[in-house]
Amino acid sequence: MELTDNLLREAHYWMRLTRALDDRGTFLHKQSRIIGGFFSQIGHEAISVAAAMTLERDDVCAPMHRDLGAYLVRGMHPRRILAQFLGRATGVSGGRDANMHGMGDMSLGIIGFISHLPASIGVTAGVAQAFKLKGEPRVALAFFGDGGASQGLAHETLNWAAVFQLPVVFICENNQYAYSTPLTRQMRIEHIADRAAGYGMPGLVVDGNDFGAVYQATYEAVARARAGGGPTLIEGKTMRMRGHAIHDNMAYVPPELLATWSARDPLVRLELLLRERGLLTNTSLEELRTRIEHELDEAQAFAEASPYPEGSSVTERVYAQ
Amino acid sequence: MTWDQGLHGAVVSLDAPAAGGVTRELTYLEAIRDGMRFMMRQDPAVVLMGEDIGVYGGAFKVTQGLIDEFGADRVIDTPMAELAMIYAAIGLSFQGIRPVVEMQFADFISTGFDAIVQFAATNHYRWGQPVPMTIRAPGAGGLRAGPFHSQSNEAWFVHTPGLKVVAPSTPADARGLLISAIRDPNPVIYYETKYLYRSLKGPVPDGDQAVPIGQAALRRTGEELALITYGAMVQECLNAAATLEREGHSVEVLDLRTLKPLDEAAILASARKTGKVLIVHEANRTCGVGSEVAALIAAGAFEYLDGPISRLAGPDTPVPYSPPLEDVHRPAAQAILRAARDLLAY
Ligand SMILES: Cc1ncc(C[n+]2csc(CCOP(=O)(O)OP(=O)(O)O)c2C)c(N)n1
Ligand SMILES: [Mg+2]
Repeated sequence: MELTDNLLREAHYWMRLTRALDDRGTFLHKQSRIIGGFFSQIGHEAISVAAAMTLERDDVCAPMHRDLGAYLVRGMHPRRILAQFLGRATGVSGGRDANMHGMGDMSLGIIGFISHLPASIGVTAGVAQAFKLKGEPRVALAFFGDGGASQGLAHETLNWAAVFQLPVVFICENNQYAYSTPLTRQMRIEHIADRAAGYGMPGLVVDGNDFGAVYQATYEAVARARAGGGPTLIEGKTMRMRGHAIHDNMAYVPPELLATWSARDPLVRLELLLRERGLLTNTSLEELRTRIEHELDEAQAFAEASPYPEGSSVTERVYAQ
Repeated sequence: MTWDQGLHGAVVSLDAPAAGGVTRELTYLEAIRDGMRFMMRQDPAVVLMGEDIGVYGGAFKVTQGLIDEFGADRVIDTPMAELAMIYAAIGLSFQGIRPVVEMQFADFISTGFDAIVQFAATNHYRWGQPVPMTIRAPGAGGLRAGPFHSQSNEAWFVHTPGLKVVAPSTPADARGLLISAIRDPNPVIYYETKYLYRSLKGPVPDGDQAVPIGQAALRRTGEELALITYGAMVQECLNAAATLEREGHSVEVLDLRTLKPLDEAAILASARKTGKVLIVHEANRTCGVGSEVAALIAAGAFEYLDGPISRLAGPDTPVPYSPPLEDVHRPAAQAILRAARDLLAY
């Protein structure tokens, strides 16, 4: 799969938008306009954007709390996302769910996640099972973390997907930490992808901060799944560049580790590549950033002008009619 | 006789209903199977999933023969992984499939608990996507099956917003409530009573005879005392009521059928009419379904009561194996009679 100029330019827009929306959320939280928690995804732009860009319109994916990029690529408008963060009626969950949780919309092929990690990989396998039962050439893709990998469900789901040869791709975002817990307390192996062999599916390790590497590996896995070749586990090595959530100053992360990963910033690397290809200049970068800030200003204005849900509606929607 | 065949020395046969239409005599187990077959014929989106349910026909043979008619794509044998199974069912439901998931025993549903109470139950509230999914849970005791094959754990789910919980006590309801459960756009936990699988037979109306979720059934009317119950205890209560009638008492039996949402109107009507209520269930007492029924009556029928709202439930212990222990644990007609006589004399 060739990384065309157009593909890279598109990726650049999504990754810049992702980071800008993340910054905007952080800003709104500091101003106490976003209440409750806020999860930053800085460092995850390449994985979430690249993986989501390999999917077709009719495919389905299950992003988690650091996959803002995947929501955007799938077509979830920043307006709805900011309204969700602000607890407004126009937010994705209508004020029912908090921050990144419950931002599902099946019309966009997005499964909303619950806090119980890695629950959505199980649901995603079920979606893939439906595609297979119905003979539809569609693929489902799920994200999970290095922490989630320790849960029994990760084992059950990977095994399940392999047994049924489901058209599903699992992306493990290994960002070195699960909250404050480092990898060494999570597992005794170096690569989570090595576990794939135990399930009888291909497992790949990729540089999760390299857009092209994630895109190409995922593209092939998606194509294999679509052709009936079954599931794949891809592990993207990356780093969570902020605290677990905004309250966490991550004093437990050694500064050298952060410095190492700072030098591998996925956005900077993509921009370097774009410059090498003559696709980006200081001026065009500035133009893009300005355009994105305008988009987010508009989205924020929409969210802030949106009403809160009526308190009296609290019992509505518990059951489908 | 083994636990998977059930205790069926004497098969109880229910009388035919007065209403017309074609009916067949089916056991409780056959009625469940017939409900699945009916829905699978009617709706190609209905798919069964579970452990050993295909060629083997299920641990209790409830799904026997269905794979021959519907094939392995619709009667899916799975790995032994309830959590992945229920999560997968949620995913299937997102793509228009109507999964009916069999737990081999209700006891193992705890292994899939997160998927039910965290994901399925909250999903529509959170982002508006319905989860039409039925989980069949073969529950309750009386079969000498011990602590891990006898549980009545329905209260876990009755406590959870977003779920519906049904517990049919007759073959006709077993079929009719299963039809409703599969059609419902919400996750429904369908408690089937293993004890009744082969020990209870009755007329089952053919065709599209759904029993609505949320409606209790008055199995017997009376004036002095109401026995409010569900599951296998319905038969025990009817036996007790018949004995009490011979002793000159008029006792009614209300079969809840649906545990969530409870039929509050029927419960209050029974309580108001009789003034004395004995709630009976196999599940242990503390925060059981009976607790909620009692609270409803206390709040909604207080002025009508002529005696304390009483409960007869399994004690707060695991369900024991050895017969003398289980016989004390599980309410039966004798225990019901004792409690009923106390209340009648109050
Ligand atoms: C089952 C479960 N236990 C605990 C938590 C609380 N918790 C939220 S995120 C998190 C760490 C997750 O780490 P990882 O899976 O590596 O994802 P990351 O946040 O690093 O992207 C924990 C412990 C949870 N969400 N789910
Ligand atoms: Mg992590």
